[in-house]
Amino acid sequence: MTTPILRVQELKKIFSRSGREGFAAVDGVSFDVGGGECVGLIGESGSGKSTVANLVARLLDPTGGRIYLEGNDVTAADVRAVCRTVQMVFQSPRESFDPRRTLGDGVGESLRNAGQSAAEARAAVAELFEAVGLSPDFASRYPHEVSGGQCQRAAIARAIAIGPKLLICDEATSALDVTVQADIVALLSRLIRARAMACLFICHDLALAQGFCDRLLVMREGKIVEAGAADEVIQSPKTEYTKMLLDSIL
Amino acid sequence: MTAPESMTRKRSGGRTRLFLFGAAALLVVAGAFFSESLCPYDPYLQNLGAALEPPTAAHIFGTDRYGRDLCSRVIVGSRASIFSTLALVAVITSFGTALGLFCGWARGRADTFLMRVSDLCLAFPCLVFALAVAGVLGGGLHNAVLALAAISWPKYARIARSQTLAVRETDYLKAARLAGCSAARLAVRHILPNIAGPILVTAVLDIGTMMMELAGLSFLGLGAKPPMAEWGSMMSEVRGLLQTVPWAVFAPGLAIFAAVLVFNLLGDAVRDELDPKMKGR
Repeated sequence: MTTPILRVQELKKIFSRSGREGFAAVDGVSFDVGGGECVGLIGESGSGKSTVANLVARLLDPTGGRIYLEGNDVTAADVRAVCRTVQMVFQSPRESFDPRRTLGDGVGESLRNAGQSAAEARAAVAELFEAVGLSPDFASRYPHEVSGGQCQRAAIARAIAIGPKLLICDEATSALDVTVQADIVALLSRLIRARAMACLFICHDLALAQGFCDRLLVMREGKIVEAGAADEVIQSPKTEYTKMLLDSIL
Repeated sequence: MTAPESMTRKRSGGRTRLFLFGAAALLVVAGAFFSESLCPYDPYLQNLGAALEPPTAAHIFGTDRYGRDLCSRVIVGSRASIFSTLALVAVITSFGTALGLFCGWARGRADTFLMRVSDLCLAFPCLVFALAVAGVLGGGLHNAVLALAAISWPKYARIARSQTLAVRETDYLKAARLAGCSAARLAVRHILPNIAGPILVTAVLDIGTMMMELAGLSFLGLGAKPPMAEWGSMMSEVRGLLQTVPWAVFAPGLAIFAAVLVFNLLGDAVRDELDPKMKGR
């Protein structure tokens, strides 16, 4: 069996405050994401989905458990050590870009940090903008000068710039209106396939998750309560919680 | 489309004020810089025969008890008053901001320790501290600046720390971390530009306050030493004569009032300009 891109074992994150009992946002979560596979993480608000994303991207330190990327233990690694393998698309596109810097700066930053010259990065940014369906002119615009959908396209360009193996989409379409959502999902789907990336797709829209993901993990109060092939989980849910989630969208 | 038009008008009004008071402040600073060549008389030349003369065409602010031309002394005094204040504000702004940024970013024990030190400084009465510094290091303008700097940086550290704490949780900072930025790059390119607004406004508004504080210390004899011309000490020199020769106190007092007013108005204009609600969208 090939090594999965991401392996998470008994991952735990307790947010503690001195003198008080901690709150377990993620409580013993284990799962794998294989190469080119798209795994959906679903559940209601506060179930710990985004915390898992931040832990995997090494933006947060876990309280317990292990995280492996391509077989390497990165549980204690710095975000800079994993950023060539893992990238993330955030929920709110405008807030994910520095308001004082242009979209081009933001998209090209990982390339500049990886040692590319300004000219090389500029050329790569123009190509990336075209790959996500934006005119290269957008590179000189500021986040507040473009629409939410355009900004999210730029955010996707930024996430794929360095050629990651795993793309984490943290509610990447929730802040967009319905028509734009469909465009962004189609774009993500096309790019993930074309670039053979694995994807950890976090969302609370079950219909979207079913269409987009190969497998689904259902989270509740920091634990995975159900896991299985996407169609199977949606069509014949095993737990009451998943049934309730399904009922709530119908 | 009345709303955008009125916004534009308001904004351009703010811009005009910013340029107007910015130019006034620049004029004051340039005046201080070239003060020696602007003086009608030698500000240090004593002429006891013409002591305590009321304002005349030759001496528009009159003369002091040594017969020195008060107008020349007010002009030359601007150098000590204004440049000391600007240096003081520059030092406390950069030191406080750097420390606050570090505390907000690093958190943990270093943050707790440094913030308690800043609490200590904030709790200490400024004048008492300046007296202690003057007692240890002696008087003089340099030591007055040092005393004020040692006690005034916590305000900037507090602002920078709270702003850094807010910025470090934003998605764009997470994205920058995921782009592989080093801590220094994050601080200089992403955090500092986004926290600079309120710090800059505080600094410009503080120029007036610090000018008053320095003048106050000089007035108490803890700042500039005679015969150096400095507005606060000039007022102090003649304070006993307020009843008989009020113009001697009036001239440096008016200079302090005008300079503080110009920098305060500039501070207000900068604040309006940087207010996020005024940002053109």
